[in-house]
Amino acid sequence: MERRDFLKNSIMIVAGASVPLSALEFVDPKEVLAANLDIHWAFLLNTHKCVGCGFCVKACKTENDIPFNAKVTRTWVERYVYTKDDRRYIDSPDGALNGYTESRIDLGQGNFQEIDPNNVGKAFFVPKLCNHCETPPCTQVCPVGATYKTDDGVVLVDKEWCIGCGYCIMACPYGARFFHPTDHVADKCTFCYHRITKGLETACVNACPFGARKMLNIKDINDPNTQIILNERVGVLKDEFGTRPQAFYIGLAQEVR
Amino acid sequence: MIEHAADMIVHGEAWTIKELFVLPNEYIYWSIQIVMYPFMTGLVAGAFVLSSLYHVFHVEKLKEIAKFSLVFSFALLPVAMMPLLLHLQQPFRGINVMMTPHFTSAIAAFGIVFTTYACIVATELWFVYRVYFVRQVEKIRSQELKSVFDIGRLALFTALTLGAMDTSKEAQVKDHKACSTMAAIGIPVACFLHGYAGFIFGSVKANALWMTPLMPVIFICSAVVSGIALCILCYVITQEIRKFMAKRKMARWADDPGAPTVEQLEGAKQEEVSMVSNYLLYFMIAAVTLEILDMIFRGYTQVKSWDILREVLLDRDFTKIFILQYGLGNVVPFLMMILPGRNVRRTTIACALVLFGVFMMRWNVVIGGQAFSLSFAGFMHYHLPIIPHDAETFKEGFFGALTVMVTPFVLFYFINKIMPAFHKDEDVVH
Ligand code: SF4
Ligand code: SF4
Repeated sequence: MERRDFLKNSIMIVAGASVPLSALEFVDPKEVLAANLDIHWAFLLNTHKCVGCGFCVKACKTENDIPFNAKVTRTWVERYVYTKDDRRYIDSPDGALNGYTESRIDLGQGNFQEIDPNNVGKAFFVPKLCNHCETPPCTQVCPVGATYKTDDGVVLVDKEWCIGCGYCIMACPYGARFFHPTDHVADKCTFCYHRITKGLETACVNACPFGARKMLNIKDINDPNTQIILNERVGVLKDEFGTRPQAFYIGLAQEVR
Repeated sequence: MIEHAADMIVHGEAWTIKELFVLPNEYIYWSIQIVMYPFMTGLVAGAFVLSSLYHVFHVEKLKEIAKFSLVFSFALLPVAMMPLLLHLQQPFRGINVMMTPHFTSAIAAFGIVFTTYACIVATELWFVYRVYFVRQVEKIRSQELKSVFDIGRLALFTALTLGAMDTSKEAQVKDHKACSTMAAIGIPVACFLHGYAGFIFGSVKANALWMTPLMPVIFICSAVVSGIALCILCYVITQEIRKFMAKRKMARWADDPGAPTVEQLEGAKQEEVSMVSNYLLYFMIAAVTLEILDMIFRGYTQVKSWDILREVLLDRDFTKIFILQYGLGNVVPFLMMILPGRNVRRTTIACALVLFGVFMMRWNVVIGGQAFSLSFAGFMHYHLPIIPHDAETFKEGFFGALTVMVTPFVLFYFINKIMPAFHKDEDVVH
């Protein structure tokens, strides 16, 4: 083989080989989506301020297409009532979609409990939603990787890829997940990802007339809500599970689970 | 207002009744098919382990029942997957598990473990039946007149031999060796297949009843128990049918000069059944010990969840756990098998009870684990849908479960036509 031919062939081979090589280089979806690494979304709930009106639940269902007449919800409000004779009652009829308009406690199966107002020791409301855990067990167990945590700290579900096994629903210690009544895939709070990434508030934060719900960027120490988490006594739900929840509560009682 | 529109039924609502405080999104999401799933995989694994006892440890007496359970475990194989598919909300996306397995999930490995296991069983079966396939080919070839049916069979058996037509003594010895090897590899894989079904539950930290590292071991032991019990039961029943047919000369094989006589069938049955039921007893002791240990441990340590677990285990589900599962499903058959004067009939009834007991155990784990709320302040009751009124209540109802139960027998019927589980060929070494 002549020197010239050899060179020519070599160049051809190298050129040919380099095409598939470059094609093989995977593009990291995270890079393309360019999640802002200076952002880590978190949530702050003030149970002292919540009055159980349920506006957040309505706003969430409307914003995120969860039918009002389906008994599942991405966010809900629980009511805790402690009587002076040390009885505890908890309820959350329809997740407080219509707010707490009745003083009697819903015991399920159509039973109710009237409580003498003079006997009430303490009573309060606790709004709940997905905690967007730092180490989420729900994403860990998904057999197809359809649910995942974004780099800016939000746990999402890929509706196109979820096979509907329900493993994530079983794995969430907070009951934040459910099957969407019409899409038939796992569904949960997204922190209104479609809104917050555009600089808007979440629907529930927007709807809360009492400022009980706040969205924050926990990486920004100048954020006034981050300041609250840094400087005040806040708690998280069920920390014994090691999920490191990113929804922080002011005024949590130990019975709230 | 929209709220007054008719309620939209969400998944799980049709069979869940909530009592006291249950979180709004909580329903019994894992229902009857998830009870069936570990039950069926348990049968597969158990049947295989039984067949391996002969192939690996050369327990000669088990020769017949081993062959039977190998064929039967092959018939059970596809059925292990059925409940999962019936349970999925998006069954057509089931294949995604193979496409993007997410290995931090216990379910993701299912596809891989299951396929490996299926290959092992198929290979072992092939080595067991290769010579038989060759003999069939030779027999049909030597026939003068061939019907269309024969030509079809010829094509099938020729394909099944995979071109390996050597039936010399050496080749057969090699087959036998290969068989033992496959069985030896198969045992850990079968245990893995089922142990990790236990892991799927045992690793859910959100569930106070499920989370225990003992779960996989408990599952393996009860799997072997159920597999052996099912094999004894089916073996006795098929032998009874064969006896019946031999008596009346109904079957085609009954006219062969070498056909087993009624006495032979009876004798073989007694010996094998009594031997296998001893194995059954050992595994039962192991399974029950572990289960009770788990319960005692929970009661003794009394962590936060114990209050609600105690109420579920000792009060609400008492009948299901202590009467049906342990009483009827363990203690009664145990006594039936250890008391003197054990015979085939008694063992068979005991086996049926054992199977029921294992089913109840799966039920009490899967449904029982969802009987209380994550809030520890409420309960959920499961009502198995019997009469289906839509696709969902069929799939995840009584008839869905029945379909899963019946399929292996239908499959066995057909597989048995190609690989007769009771065939005795004199020149085959196995
Ligand atoms: S609250 Fe539940 S659904 Fe949300 S991230 Fe944590 S485990 Fe997952
Ligand atoms: S229900 Fe969907 S998102 Fe949840 S674990 Fe199963 S496949 Fe993943």
